[in-house]
Amino acid sequence: MLFTRGGLKKIMLAMGLLAAFQLTPPAQAQEWSQIEQKARGQTVYWNAWGGDEAINAYIRWVGERVAEDYGVTVEHVKLADTADAVRKVVAEKSAGRNDGGSVDLIWINGENFKAMKDQALLHGPITDTLPNYALIDTKANPAVELDFTIPTEGLESPWGQAKLVFIYDSAVLQDPPKTMIALQAYALAHPGRVTYPAPPQFLGTTFLKQALYEVVETPDALLQPAGDNFESVTAPLWAYLDKIHPALWREGRDYPDGDDALIRLLDEGAVDFALSFHPGRASSAITQGLLPDTARTFVLDGGTIGNTHYVAVPYNAAHKEGAMVLANFLLSPEAQAQKQDPDIWGDMTVLTMDKLAPEGRALFDALPRGIATLSPAKLGPTLPEPHPSWMTQIENKWLERYGS
Amino acid sequence: MAVDVIPSKAGARAGRQGLGIRCAPPLTLLIFLGPVAAGLIGTLLPAFGYLPALGGDQLSLDPWRALARYPGVETAALRSLMTGLIATGLSVALVLYFIAAFHGTAWFQWARTVLAPLLSIPHAAMAMGLAFLLAPSGWIVRLISPWATGFDRPPDLALAPDPYGWSLVLALVIKEVPFLFLMTMGALGQVPAQKSMQIAQSLGYDRATGWLKTVLPQLYGQIRLPIFAVLAFSVSVVDVALILTVTPSPTLGVLILRWANDPDLSQNFVAAAGACIQCLLVLLAIAIWVMGERFISWLGLAWIRKGNRRAPHGVKQLTLTGMSLAAGLGIAGLMGLVIWSFAKRWRFPDSLPSVWSLDNWGRGFARVAEPLATTLWVGLAAAGVALILVILCLEAEQRTGRRPTHRALWLLYLPLIVPQIAFLFGAQILMVVVGIDGHWAGLIWAHLLFVLPYIFLSLSDPYRALDSRYARTAACLGASPWRVFRQVKMPMLLRPILIAFAVGFAVSVGEYLPTVFAGAGRLTTLTTEAVALAGGGDRRLIGTLVVLQSILPLILFAIAAAAPFLIRRAAFTGKKRL
Repeated sequence: MLFTRGGLKKIMLAMGLLAAFQLTPPAQAQEWSQIEQKARGQTVYWNAWGGDEAINAYIRWVGERVAEDYGVTVEHVKLADTADAVRKVVAEKSAGRNDGGSVDLIWINGENFKAMKDQALLHGPITDTLPNYALIDTKANPAVELDFTIPTEGLESPWGQAKLVFIYDSAVLQDPPKTMIALQAYALAHPGRVTYPAPPQFLGTTFLKQALYEVVETPDALLQPAGDNFESVTAPLWAYLDKIHPALWREGRDYPDGDDALIRLLDEGAVDFALSFHPGRASSAITQGLLPDTARTFVLDGGTIGNTHYVAVPYNAAHKEGAMVLANFLLSPEAQAQKQDPDIWGDMTVLTMDKLAPEGRALFDALPRGIATLSPAKLGPTLPEPHPSWMTQIENKWLERYGS
Repeated sequence: MAVDVIPSKAGARAGRQGLGIRCAPPLTLLIFLGPVAAGLIGTLLPAFGYLPALGGDQLSLDPWRALARYPGVETAALRSLMTGLIATGLSVALVLYFIAAFHGTAWFQWARTVLAPLLSIPHAAMAMGLAFLLAPSGWIVRLISPWATGFDRPPDLALAPDPYGWSLVLALVIKEVPFLFLMTMGALGQVPAQKSMQIAQSLGYDRATGWLKTVLPQLYGQIRLPIFAVLAFSVSVVDVALILTVTPSPTLGVLILRWANDPDLSQNFVAAAGACIQCLLVLLAIAIWVMGERFISWLGLAWIRKGNRRAPHGVKQLTLTGMSLAAGLGIAGLMGLVIWSFAKRWRFPDSLPSVWSLDNWGRGFARVAEPLATTLWVGLAAAGVALILVILCLEAEQRTGRRPTHRALWLLYLPLIVPQIAFLFGAQILMVVVGIDGHWAGLIWAHLLFVLPYIFLSLSDPYRALDSRYARTAACLGASPWRVFRQVKMPMLLRPILIAFAVGFAVSVGEYLPTVFAGAGRLTTLTTEAVALAGGGDRRLIGTLVVLQSILPLILFAIAAAAPFLIRRAAFTGKKRL
């Protein structure tokens, strides 16, 4: 036991001090200590999706830690859908409550971020104020400042990274298909054993993007806004889907809700593949008794889509300082390593290892990797998210062709 | 002559002494008018493009155009209408024919004992139980696989949820039959059923025919509003439909929720327009029902005139089968979830878990302690406040002799008829303005909106139908209106009052959207936690939450059933000692 809880805390404390004194200019350090002072005693209402017990437990742990170190109380407002929090801020704005709002911090990305940014509902830029933001090399990893191709402009602070992976049961299947075309062939050969969540569910949309990347002739076009070229660029996608749909689970007349539902279907043997945005998901599902211990992870040959998720402070948050202290703690090596632990959550860190002190790096090196989790080298390249304009149109067209 | 004088005297006395009580009906209506108005405005304005917070500064018809363009919106609306009407029709037919054919038999006692607890189970919980029971990987298929079916994988069939809405209809019937049964039972005590039956049977009518021809026409008026509430609920239900319809074939309510949840906030306008359609749909369903009532009473009149004495035997058996099936499926689904709450591994096609564990209760309980407490205090407070308001209103009505106008009554039912989702968006803005969003007062208020009408529905008919001669007699003996209320009406109405309270509590426990909106995510109940997990698919945790959700109202119903006897016995022995 190299890192007992107490020992770990001391190291972290020392590192926090290091970070405060070495990595931040004096003026900023002063500003930050004022923020910390104001934050003490505040209760932060953190609006975060509450559908996963492992994540909820991690958030509880974060709450205990920031209460200990900074005197900030964290109240996890469990959302079924992040849009609920966006709506709450909108309702408050329309009621004229421009300060003292009920949402202090939102776990957010993608379309929800775009909606809030477009309507100026966010406080900030905040990232330059956060001392731990310096632990991210944004030059080496520019993707953390592009949320679905939308520049974050410091209005949200990176929290974790996701990457599409496939899960299968090695007791059922020896050699899973490694391309989307091969997956199509597998579905046609085994009708009813492949499915994906229906768009606009996030994972379902990602499945379409993944197929789009593989069948499209000019992948670069996807990084620019969709225009008149929409029909011609996406035509191969519809051909792909038209072919695979009759062979899908329930012949494409029903779809699972998301990755939890897919994992249940895989466990029951109803389908042969589950999708997840968490590379450690298969391992944690085995630990939780949701999958047999023969479950394994695989990725596609050309790489899979990945993205970053963030936390942001609404413009009218009642406890902005507390929310910033919390956002900063989430970027600490301690919190990031804890989050990446597959027994805790298994969410990939956003920190750059080269920027960490040796003690911090050791935390990550010491992490166990679950039985079904791929090593970073085997996770393969990460494809960027296409511009959101593609997905809005694709979702609409998908609904027209295959939806209600 | 004297009889005519006394009520007006009582009324005059009430006028002098009970100014407070006369204010009760307007006060109660006022509590509702605010949110009803805000809810309607919050629905109507965005439906016509006006919501400045989202950049809608002028009125337009764009939301309606967007709504009309949305793929499948007509079939979704039709699905809502049909499932609602069929579920309500089936429930009413089952309940009425069952009571007609079996009252006074052992089967009837059995139904009373079995159905009352089912009433307390939240709709979403029942739907999840049914989904587990009937799914291709569900309990029924597990029990007969692989030895009878040969399935070692779940069959690729859409059983539940299904694309046509049959499992939705089934879940609604399972939930509405107990409600209508108990409402009918409550009302039955207020009509001279026994006397009518004696006469009918002495004229040679069999049990069912006699009841349908003599008791039902007297009874139906008393259960009409509960039926309307069931109909409105069934047409616009969201949580059950979410669980039991397939994604590409939703009901209108589910579509509205999708639009309202869409990250693209401009979809809120479409959601508002959809909510207007949902309101019209409910009104259309009621209009169709009323036409159906006319048609059936016309047919019934002809049937009564024909003078048949016997009902066909098959119908009786069919009703019994239907009732047993409804109760059996409901109970079996819940049993499945109870078992899940003690499971660690339960893979297809095992009939029972391969690994049992108390983990779900150990870990689960710490996690649910807070929502459990919130569920308890919100439910008790909302049902308590609502019960007091309803009794005051009914008492005021009897003392002043003024019944609420038809329009005022409909206002009270608005929270049950306006689809929750649209109504609550407007109400939420109001709560933010007042500053009680995410506050216990706001949550109780939001629950009150839905609890109060149900308590009123449940209590008003028995209360009004109580023979007024008891009160007159007491008044003749010199008792004040309050004393009449305390010593005559309360003891006689104790059972319906306690049932009404338990109904109110059960409604509160089952509420999802009001908690989400008024609780602002800070206050969560067992139901919001369960629905947050429902999409997640871990049946072990769903099982744990559903068991907890069901136990609380069950306790209240047990008290409602036992208390009158206990109190009466205590009072009786107490008097004997005196």
